[in-house]
Amino acid sequence: MKYIDEFNDPALARRLLDEIRATVTRPWALMEVCGGQTHSIIRHGIDQLLPEEVELIHGPGCPVCVTPLDVIDKALAVAARPDVIFCSFGDMLRVPGTDRDLFRVKGEGGDVRVVYSPLDALELARKHPEKQVVFFAIGFETTAPANAMAVHQARRLGLDNFSLLVSHVRVPPAVEAIMTAPGCRVQGFLAAGHVCSVMGTAEYPELAERFRVPMVVTGFEPLDILEGIRRAVHQLERGEHRVENAYPRAVREEGNPAALRMIEDVFEVTDRNWRGIGPIPASGWRLAEAYRAYDAEHRFDVTGIRTEEPAVCRAGEVLQGLIKPTECEAFGTACTPRTPLGATMVSSEGACAAYYLYRRMEGGPAPRGSRVPRKEMNPVG
Amino acid sequence: MADLTDAPAIDPANWTCPAPLRDQGVVVMGHGGGGALSAELIDQVFAPAYGNPTLAGLADSAVLELGGARLAFSTDSYVVRPLFFPGGCLGDLAVNGTVNDLAMSGARPAYLSTAFVLEEGVELTVVDRVARALGAAARAADVTVATGDTKVVESGHGDGVYVTTAGVGLVPDGVDIRPQRARPGDAVLVSGPIGLHGVAVMSVREGLEFGVEIASDTAPLAGLVTAMLAVTKDVHVLRDPTRGGLGASLNEIARASGTGVRITERAVPVPDEVANACGFLGLDPLYVANEGRLVAFVPREHADAVLAAMRAHPQGAGAALIGECVAEHPGMVTVATGLGGTRVLDLPLGEQLPRIC
Amino acid sequence: MCLAVPGKVVAIDEGADPLTGLVDFGGVRKQACLEYLPDVRVGEYVIVHVGFALQKLDEESARASLELFEQLGLLEEEFGDAWEQAERQGSGSENR
Repeated sequence: MKYIDEFNDPALARRLLDEIRATVTRPWALMEVCGGQTHSIIRHGIDQLLPEEVELIHGPGCPVCVTPLDVIDKALAVAARPDVIFCSFGDMLRVPGTDRDLFRVKGEGGDVRVVYSPLDALELARKHPEKQVVFFAIGFETTAPANAMAVHQARRLGLDNFSLLVSHVRVPPAVEAIMTAPGCRVQGFLAAGHVCSVMGTAEYPELAERFRVPMVVTGFEPLDILEGIRRAVHQLERGEHRVENAYPRAVREEGNPAALRMIEDVFEVTDRNWRGIGPIPASGWRLAEAYRAYDAEHRFDVTGIRTEEPAVCRAGEVLQGLIKPTECEAFGTACTPRTPLGATMVSSEGACAAYYLYRRMEGGPAPRGSRVPRKEMNPVG
Repeated sequence: MADLTDAPAIDPANWTCPAPLRDQGVVVMGHGGGGALSAELIDQVFAPAYGNPTLAGLADSAVLELGGARLAFSTDSYVVRPLFFPGGCLGDLAVNGTVNDLAMSGARPAYLSTAFVLEEGVELTVVDRVARALGAAARAADVTVATGDTKVVESGHGDGVYVTTAGVGLVPDGVDIRPQRARPGDAVLVSGPIGLHGVAVMSVREGLEFGVEIASDTAPLAGLVTAMLAVTKDVHVLRDPTRGGLGASLNEIARASGTGVRITERAVPVPDEVANACGFLGLDPLYVANEGRLVAFVPREHADAVLAAMRAHPQGAGAALIGECVAEHPGMVTVATGLGGTRVLDLPLGEQLPRIC
Repeated sequence: MCLAVPGKVVAIDEGADPLTGLVDFGGVRKQACLEYLPDVRVGEYVIVHVGFALQKLDEESARASLELFEQLGLLEEEFGDAWEQAERQGSGSENR
């Protein structure tokens, strides 16, 4: 596939790695903000190929992971209603609320459907006028234009049986929260390429200047990630802290103006609680006044939910890069991708999941999971 | 293997992996996904309930001594939505899935039973199409449908048609194929391009539809296995990587044998369409279902000859050497990535979910 | 965040509201909303996330990136020694 295969070339990857090795003279800690980049790093084994001076800290950029517990619980409550078809992106179904997940709600008779696009949910609303169709509108800036279009169309078409349960988050306030957290070790950022495809890069120079960190807009294929790292290290070694675009084929400085207009029309900035991190001022979007009628939180009475995060979980500190997953008490025992106590473990590309697997590979203690059930009954033997 | 009969009664508060049970307590779709949740269901519910040495093998089919003969015996239920998909339908799967489970013990499949569960209101022409496809697939696989049963459930209690088949076949003398026999040094072979069935079915699934010109790989594999056994009877392991894909099968073999498995990502035959469909859905082709492929562990000294025999057979034309069995990291599967790194290929939890992240 | 993949626009349904087109992801074809790229043409590559084309892919930039990567090693090979040489020459001239 064009634009993918060329950016997976092993020979060019070696050149980039050689260049990084030739440039780096001391340890640097970079954060890749985006979960998609973490996924790519793990999938291709990029972290093992880097010189040991370059440490990658996995950032909080997975919208699935950071969706707050109370919103998950609201989703579970709405999805369980007999009059509702609840639509979600696939990877939200395994995210645990206080005591269950969307799979469980589905197992108990809730009409929970995985959709590829928010417009698929809109189509279901059109097909099922007798039902309330609710779309779980999570995401970073990348997903906002899609979710905004769905509700915009619903209003235009008068599809009053459609609504959004919104939990949108924005990258720049999270960067600010990470950099102002006590004990922050991050010295440079790989900014999320697809967020910038939509938003452009205007929000970043101020952050780079204020925190004196290089911010390199980075893509997702292996060569893109290595180029992001190369440029960030290059800046750090020279004592620079600029915004650079290492993903120019998909990112323009001005972003996507049509998408920005739609976001402006549909959403307004709000404070948002990030699972595992806590409240970050002005870090989210909610539906603007004109679209409030399409807000599932207003349409359905889902107040009075009591939420409780398992106490042992230190996902928040992992997400902020303060501790490595191996430093978490629950790591490799109770908190596995299968038994996610905290948000980072849920997504297969979450920081904990990645470390968990590597530690196993390096011969660490076997996790206490039912894959090695009691009496050592092996699942297949 | 521990004595299953001594396994304590199920205590929902004391699962070794507490969170899912406490959280779930009900059957979720992932229990049927062929991954860790499926294995857990077998371990925690079925194995303790039935516990006996025959079941303990938990291979694709059981090998039984009966009247001086060695019989392979297997059963499987088939639920697929939609019933008809590019390259096949429920009827094809119901035959090929079961005869392949038999073939994975090295058996020549001989007889099948079929049990249909029909939903009230389903059109008879649909049942007829499924039955005809099943009959044609049985003839193609050279097995006889010897007995059958039909039940009807009320409207809304089934997806039109479910089929359960069971099959028996004879295991040739000197053949002992089971996951526990994987040994460090074995070559790991796959019989052709992976992921075709899973992607073909996904392409026509409601809510996910996409256009792609590929068909399910559903096919009977006993002929291919016979061709492999003609080279050497010392084939150690065969597995058809259905639900959970190659990733689940390799993990099951690694765990059953206490060996490690290393594969080379670039050696695994993944058609472009499969790779690209997985790309936009966020899935890993190594976890996508196949219905006409097998993975084989054979001693290194026979690997070239077995591979040549596979490639000479129509069902193995795209066969490839993808890796090896190793003594390191027992119970784990690792992948050498195209860039020269390594990643762990874990047992999937349940079915794969399209990702946005 | 945000799994988005490149695809080639192979057809545009001008009458659709919102603007919709068929995008080919290397043999896999799926409808995508093109409303945010109103001037996109058939044959152009776009980056698609959850059924929405978010940005056109710029071929020139892609080529420039790859050329840069190609040159990284070469720069080192060609100029690495040359710089060292210049350094030696420089220090040599000082000595002289």
